[in-house]
Amino acid sequence: MGENKYWQHFGEVNDPKEAKKLARNEFAEELPFEGFDDESIIDAKAPRRDFLKYLGFSTAAATLAASCKMPVRKAVPFADKPSAEFVPGEAIFYATTYVQDGDVVPVLAKVRDGRPIKIEGNSAIANWGGGTSSRVQASVLDLYDTARLRTPFQRSKDGKSTEKTFEQIDKQVADAIKAAGGTTVLLTSSVVSPSTKEIISKFPNLKHVQYDAVSYSGMLLANEACGFGRKIPSYNFGEAKVIVSLGADFLGTWLSPVEFAAAYAKGRKIDEKNPSMSKHYQFEGTMSMTGANADERFTHRPSETGAVAVALLNAVNGAADAGGLNADLTKGINKAAADLKAAGGNALVVCGSNDKNIQVVVNAINNAIGANGKTINWAATVNYRQGVDADFAQLVADMEAGNVGTLLIHGANPAYTWYDADKFKAALKKVKVTVSFNEKLDETTELCEYLIPNHHYLESWGDAEAAAGNIYFIQPTIYPLFKTRYYQTSLLLWSGNNTPYEDYYKEYWKGKFASDAEHNKALQSGVKEAAAATAGAGSYSGSAVAEATTAIAGYKKSSGDELVLYQKVSIGTGAQAGNPWLQELPDPVSKATWDNYAIISTAKAKELGIDYKSNDYNYYPQKPVIELTVGNKKLELPALVFPGINANTIAVAVGYGRSNNIGKVAAGVGKNAYPFATYNGTSVDYNVSGVTTTNLHKSYKIAQMQKHDSYESRKEVVRETTMASFKANPNVIPESSKELTDMFYKNANNDFRAGATLYPDPNTRSHEIKWGMSIDMNLCNGCNACVAACHAENNVPVVGKSEVLRYHDMHWLRIDRYFVTDDKNPDNVKGVVFQPMLCQHCDNAPCENVCPVAATNHSSEGINQMTYNRCVGTRYCANNCPYKVRRFNWADYTGSDSFPNNQDQQIVGKLDDAVHVMNDDLSRMVLNPDVTVRSRGVIEKCSFCVQRTQHGKLEAKKANRPLGGNDVKSACQTACPTNAIVFGNAYDATSDIAKLRAENPQRNFHVLEQLHVLPNVTYMAKIRNTDEVDEHWAGHHE
Amino acid sequence: MIFCKPTGKRLTILALILFLSTSIISVSAQDGKALFMSKCAACHSLDKDMTGPALRGIIDKAPYNGDMAKMSHWIRNVNKLVATDPHYMDLKAKFGGSVMIQFDESALPEPELEAIIKYTSTPVATPTPGGGGGGVTEPQGNNNVLIFGIITLILAVIALILMQVNSNLKKMSDDAEGISRPNPVPFYKNKAYIAIFILLASTIFGYLVAKGAIGLGRQKNYQPVQPIFYSHKVHAGINQINCLYCHGSAWESKTAGIPSVNICMNCHKAVTDYTKGPKLYSEDGKEVDGTAEIAKLYKAAGFDPKSPASWDPTKANSIEWVKIHNLPDHVYFNHSQHVNAGNVQCQTCHGDITAMDEVKQVSELSMGWCVNCHRNTNVNFNYDSTKGNKFYSIYEKFHKDFKNKKMDSITVKDIGGLECQKCHY
Repeated sequence: MGENKYWQHFGEVNDPKEAKKLARNEFAEELPFEGFDDESIIDAKAPRRDFLKYLGFSTAAATLAASCKMPVRKAVPFADKPSAEFVPGEAIFYATTYVQDGDVVPVLAKVRDGRPIKIEGNSAIANWGGGTSSRVQASVLDLYDTARLRTPFQRSKDGKSTEKTFEQIDKQVADAIKAAGGTTVLLTSSVVSPSTKEIISKFPNLKHVQYDAVSYSGMLLANEACGFGRKIPSYNFGEAKVIVSLGADFLGTWLSPVEFAAAYAKGRKIDEKNPSMSKHYQFEGTMSMTGANADERFTHRPSETGAVAVALLNAVNGAADAGGLNADLTKGINKAAADLKAAGGNALVVCGSNDKNIQVVVNAINNAIGANGKTINWAATVNYRQGVDADFAQLVADMEAGNVGTLLIHGANPAYTWYDADKFKAALKKVKVTVSFNEKLDETTELCEYLIPNHHYLESWGDAEAAAGNIYFIQPTIYPLFKTRYYQTSLLLWSGNNTPYEDYYKEYWKGKFASDAEHNKALQSGVKEAAAATAGAGSYSGSAVAEATTAIAGYKKSSGDELVLYQKVSIGTGAQAGNPWLQELPDPVSKATWDNYAIISTAKAKELGIDYKSNDYNYYPQKPVIELTVGNKKLELPALVFPGINANTIAVAVGYGRSNNIGKVAAGVGKNAYPFATYNGTSVDYNVSGVTTTNLHKSYKIAQMQKHDSYESRKEVVRETTMASFKANPNVIPESSKELTDMFYKNANNDFRAGATLYPDPNTRSHEIKWGMSIDMNLCNGCNACVAACHAENNVPVVGKSEVLRYHDMHWLRIDRYFVTDDKNPDNVKGVVFQPMLCQHCDNAPCENVCPVAATNHSSEGINQMTYNRCVGTRYCANNCPYKVRRFNWADYTGSDSFPNNQDQQIVGKLDDAVHVMNDDLSRMVLNPDVTVRSRGVIEKCSFCVQRTQHGKLEAKKANRPLGGNDVKSACQTACPTNAIVFGNAYDATSDIAKLRAENPQRNFHVLEQLHVLPNVTYMAKIRNTDEVDEHWAGHHE
Repeated sequence: MIFCKPTGKRLTILALILFLSTSIISVSAQDGKALFMSKCAACHSLDKDMTGPALRGIIDKAPYNGDMAKMSHWIRNVNKLVATDPHYMDLKAKFGGSVMIQFDESALPEPELEAIIKYTSTPVATPTPGGGGGGVTEPQGNNNVLIFGIITLILAVIALILMQVNSNLKKMSDDAEGISRPNPVPFYKNKAYIAIFILLASTIFGYLVAKGAIGLGRQKNYQPVQPIFYSHKVHAGINQINCLYCHGSAWESKTAGIPSVNICMNCHKAVTDYTKGPKLYSEDGKEVDGTAEIAKLYKAAGFDPKSPASWDPTKANSIEWVKIHNLPDHVYFNHSQHVNAGNVQCQTCHGDITAMDEVKQVSELSMGWCVNCHRNTNVNFNYDSTKGNKFYSIYEKFHKDFKNKKMDSITVKDIGGLECQKCHY
């Protein structure tokens, strides 16, 4: 067995020398003279005369700017100040709940001067642990989305919209419903609000159909068949010692990933004195984020999911193996089954399939291993997904038959997400009255006649029953920005009740609390929790299993290629696709932004003649385009090659290829893959067989984030090993660290001050504040919530695809992804390491001493300070940073420059629409007023959320008390669902960070320790829970 | 409903204002008028009902009838009496439900209370004719520079003349002695002179350009005309209203805040005209009618002085004041850090606001100005356990150095107050 290798792309394994050479030229910027090749200079697009013109202009502009008078600024106070708690300039936090279709996450909204500007997790709620996801973090920007519908509209058949008042539209709709006859149907995404459900139930003769963009009906029906009712239970990943996931991306997109990630992390936290952790097996076709976190991962064809489930059931039951799976896979299944059985009920099997039969088998496995009532709680069933595909298919048939007189739509967007959207669109035309309550002019709404946009959740009152009995409350944080209305108010009104929803809702809850004080308390904390009950085992009935296994045995064996439709962690089903923060977030595994693409295996690449090992493929954004064909459906997509993908699996993300009407951000980004889904009569299948692929020998640019920011092949970046190796040699990291320090001191003639630094010895303290961060790579699952939080907190600009392509992305915090393989078999991925990388705030910082204007220097509190107004943009610091975390404002992304036409680049550097959308006055309402908006030509980077450290100190001073070690939490820390990031005062022995560092000496390390830059960010090594002994672990340091 | 803010903050703020007013305005215990101004005037006037009733001769009215003990009993037991005693219940109803703050012995010692009551018992004085106060004083700043400049110029001219005289005399003596020399170059063609001139000119020009460039965006002495002639001199100076009464958020927030219209109306529901104070003059010397300016406030507030009860504060319009003190966007400044944590007086940066009718920016608000202050100002360090802010207890090295007499004070600079990211982030 060879030595483990940690690499980011094939170029590094294949041709390390060339990789190193190209990494050297990382910052090479071609001069912007296009069309300059053979023609004379005068014919070039930017000839000498233009240069002189620009020179003249800038001189004149500078003179003009200099002679300008100061503008008169107005200060407009309140006319009538609202309440004593409201203090201008101070933030107030309101507990509310993020609800997007069926997704529910309890949050705190930070409101500054009347504007919500940031979402934090609600740490008061036990099983969520205060975590969020990138989509939750970015949802605050959706509030200020320029593409939101601003008034009620009536839309004519030719797509013309006429603005209407509520009175007009109410009258028109009421008359139309009366005239239409037929049934009235309300089509929604999963409704989690109990008060809304009551309103719906009281609406006379209303048929309610719930429809989920990506359906879980297979699971709902399977649970019904197994005697649990049409419900989804709550899962407790924290209690599970063995977790087996059959293609369920439960950390990224499956059901309730924030909740699951928080619980999962409990089992992954390592106590060094007695190292143990949960064991996670993943069986899947492509590589999901959850799969990347698994201890042992096995790949198979998507069509084999059923066979794998049955084999696992047989193995658990000790029955004979049905055969048909390859040896590796069978070995894995047997191993997983043995572990599951041994766990004594503290085990859990989940499956991402939407096939009822497969889910029945999974239920049988969970029953056999005794998970029901231990890790699966049937007493607290969840409401996240309630849609059943057959109901919707029936609705489409009814519409087609002309039986539906009125269709009211909220949340659902079947014209985009339904597998046969054309059929739905045609059927919709036969409905006489169509009303959409959706917030944007999405694909379904644009076909409806009456549009009455709903409020954004940050403008709303409401409630969400996530799990039975657990109510999270939604309270408004801002007055509705536009003429929008609760869809519940419309329903009430049209069913003859004139109470607006906010009053109805208050009345509804008033009776359910003992007193107003209790009600207010629940609103303040955001939750009304059911009394903690023991987990319910439910009443399992195995009668459906035999039928299901027979059905699975009859599934056609596919020999060709297969397609998996998956959701990206940031984009999901596409409901928030108009959000530029989410579009610019890199995918955890592919690191690609702003697009969807076909993920293919190395074998497939070879077959298609794609030279994925070449430098052309690895270093340049041009990726080969392939065509996917299933029956008569075709799609051209760029292909990305990754290791650890099943040879015959092709994965494409849904949620892309949106209509232009939902905004300039999502328009033209990626292609829609929903039409590839199939419907088998009971449920929609997102795994498709019979795919043919052709290499079109074209190329398409994909904006990936991990070809730059190279460490020039320096070692000691990632520390990772297996549990067995760690237990055998626990002191590898501290020993190598000591060795490096000793060597360094020796090189510095044993005198640190004289030989090693220009700066005062960082170990001499003038006072007791030293900010530090510790990142546990065992807990980090790569979800990117921290990156989105950093975006929101620090006004990090969106640069658009064209700029990401030029490596001009601005993320202060990125998550580097490393594949772990042995050096002989780069396709055999043993594990994946996610490493959040941000400014390390080195005490001996190489960036500080190269700045000619001292724009970056060190604070007495250990922060590497960046002063934008002093920076002249030499970028020496970025070149000298070994971690490549400094970002340069190549263009005026924020529109904050004094020269108005600075954004108006004509030749290169033309900014994408998304950048301009972010500069709209409405979008700018999301900016954090405590953080400077940077202008062109300056460097920026992680500041350790200095606005928060300053605020924490000030609060302590105002309260006349010493600073607590955990008083300040950075934005990335509060966003993290797994608590992988811990920030605080490292000098305070009572702080979490000091304790964490003291308690984990065997896993703590600094990245690139041999450079002796003395970072204030420490990492904790990742441990994979396998028995494999890594022979090179003990001798890893060289 | 509100998550992280403790309720009942208003009371603490008021208490803080009171505390501050006792500490900021140093009054002798017996000065009844000053005490009245600092402790009562926010809500009471002598002759007019404001937020609370008029107080002239209050001690002789019912239910006190000259009994100081009864008055004291009320002041110390406001919260109890207002709920039980019919007289005070009526009073509460009359004033729209607002209740006076209860003062205990420490907040208002008995001798001070007596002094205040004594002051309220003074009979109505005949109004004295308005004093001057609007006199415009000439700016004095640059006089010395001008004098030095003129002297330098005169000396330079004299030097030039003397040099010319010298060269003429030399020529004459040369002629007399018969020494033939080439004709002297006239001084305007003299290369030495030209070089000196160019050097001087470019130095002066460069200095002016650099100074102009540095001063770009600075607005020292900026004194815009405001939509309402609001005199800080009348409010904060003559009537001694505490700064924090109107700019309360300076104590707890980044911004000092400009009072909302309802805060103005707390007093101006009662103070409907300006008759007793000194005459007001605008910066260009025109006399200002104070009553007419109050009428402008009423217009914005939608308040009719003839039917005060019908006023609806929610219908008021904001007043668009002109912002005087502007900092660039890349500077973070927090008022509470300075006023609350740092115990800095408002006047330190804003000048003698109590003497300004129209507010003027007196400080440069430049980085050098900030930094110099940070160099020289001591922080509220807890040199021993009784003094200072406990926040600084973690600064162990400074405590040691102070004890060992290595340091005699701890300035803002010592705790990192000159570092870039204390203000720029």
